[in-house]
Amino acid sequence: MTLKGTVHKYSKDNIDTDVILPGPYLKIHDHAELSKHAMEGIDTNFSKKVSKGDFLLAGNNFGCGSSREHAPIALSHCGINAVIAPSFARIFYRNCVDGGYLLPLEVEKSTLEQISDKDSLEIDIEKNEIHDVSNGKKFLIRPFPPLIKKIIDCGGLMYYKE
Amino acid sequence: MNITEKIIARASNKNTVSPGDVVFGNVDKLMIHDVSGPGVIKVFEEWSKRGIQLEKVWDADKIWVSEDHFVPSADRISAENISKLTDWAKKFGIKKHFKYGLGQYGICHTLSHEEALVLPGEFYVGGDSHTNTTGALGALAVGLGHTDIAYAMMHGRIWLKVPETMLFKLVGKKPPHIMAKDIILKIISDIGTDGANYKAMEFAGDVVSEMSMEERLTLTNMTTEAGAKNGIIEPDAVTDEYIRQRTANPYRPVSGDDPNYLEEYTYEIDKLEPTVAKPYSPQNAAAARELQGVEVNKAYIGSCTGAKLEDLRSAAQILKGKKVKIRTEVLPAAQSIYLKAMKEGLIEIFMEAGAVVGPPTCGACCGAHMGILAKDEICVSTTNRNFPGRMGHVESQTYLASPLVVAASALKGKITDPRDIAK
Ligand code: SF4
Repeated sequence: MTLKGTVHKYSKDNIDTDVILPGPYLKIHDHAELSKHAMEGIDTNFSKKVSKGDFLLAGNNFGCGSSREHAPIALSHCGINAVIAPSFARIFYRNCVDGGYLLPLEVEKSTLEQISDKDSLEIDIEKNEIHDVSNGKKFLIRPFPPLIKKIIDCGGLMYYKE
Repeated sequence: MNITEKIIARASNKNTVSPGDVVFGNVDKLMIHDVSGPGVIKVFEEWSKRGIQLEKVWDADKIWVSEDHFVPSADRISAENISKLTDWAKKFGIKKHFKYGLGQYGICHTLSHEEALVLPGEFYVGGDSHTNTTGALGALAVGLGHTDIAYAMMHGRIWLKVPETMLFKLVGKKPPHIMAKDIILKIISDIGTDGANYKAMEFAGDVVSEMSMEERLTLTNMTTEAGAKNGIIEPDAVTDEYIRQRTANPYRPVSGDDPNYLEEYTYEIDKLEPTVAKPYSPQNAAAARELQGVEVNKAYIGSCTGAKLEDLRSAAQILKGKKVKIRTEVLPAAQSIYLKAMKEGLIEIFMEAGAVVGPPTCGACCGAHMGILAKDEICVSTTNRNFPGRMGHVESQTYLASPLVVAASALKGKITDPRDIAK
């Protein structure tokens, strides 16, 4: 499976769920409405910038903070297909995979510096590889553990049979 | 195996597990609240569109519901969420529903221990990141998102990766001006907000043995701020007494043998200073005395971290017979705690000092309602998070501190070490 899209870069570490989807919107459960507020704590124009199939690139510990599934839902509903970061907070990571919303892709810290905002990326999930078409560089993705790969291949935990 | 590994082994019917193993575990208890509950219902609605129907929940008696984030109903949408959740819980036969205005209710993580809804040795999952709190009872308490909770509700099982464990030994003699909050803020400042990512944080040592259950709960509560999967303390006589005051239900406590730790840290608590986390990260610690010039607009004593009965007692001890200089809000964490505080005369102390006392709610802690911060306002708070916008406007600021420090700061209108308040 190869994913293609433009990357939106926010290189800060510890981008938390209060930034990805602020607390006052927690009462909202409509996915389209939530997506309008994605990343509002860091960029109020985020949802307008994103096209379907795009990627988000961020620093360490992306998604730390609360367990709100609103965060991956808002990102995926605005079009984000994968978040690329050196590390993720655990509940955010599980929510992405188990809900089948988007892919959390772990990369080396150095990858973050070498990909620029708005670069075009091609991501090969089977080969665990990111190809930055804009600068010609290739980067490795840390492979998914077997169970997580199976859940992703099923399309989410709902379809997974033990 | 250490205690976390032993509980996972038991939940997954295995003789032994090791860090890194991925297993499915049988869940003993499950919690949803008025944010995660409607989120979980939404997941079931989506699943049903794709042909997967929830006929019944795995065990209605093991599930409970709390109303805490948006009560009293902040607006029309939150009111509708609550009524939807209420109908849904009824339909699936969930009787343990702690409703606002109908007897005992409060913040979910407070109810879990106050009502002994979770017992030592159990595998407990909750639809909230601070589910870690309940690990102080010697349970494996893990926070999950809506899909995972929906799956666990249907199947009574969920996957988990066996975490590596970091051991924190708290030794020495805890001085009276130091609370568990100071200790955990210090630990987070040392290891960072991702210092325990995917890992278990276990607390031990004489300081922990001598700590009350409510203080222990402050330690485990904020393991979430270090990214931990769970926080845990081995059950002992303090645990047993706490549980026995609340329920006669039997339980099977678990303790570790041949402990297996990734790292061990020792903290000498005698030397610790009252500690405050500055905006905008729980790891941004400084001694309260270093910050004593910082003026604040509001003091907040509330939340699952800092509004248990002992938190209120500590604050009252400072405020007694004095007047606050800034807006001060006290929100006990549960109805039962409110009542106990009233009987002990604490509510009177707060009100005579000029503070407002409000009903239990998460409202202001997560910046949702019931007293949020304006642009540039500064709050000193007994809560657990101070990210941008956490308690209101993105340009407001929150300093996290113990109830003693928050109360002392309320009296001076600036960050204050409790030792600097005249008796
Ligand atoms: S009091 Fe604050 S931290 Fe605790 S559950 Fe409520 S919102 Fe979360």
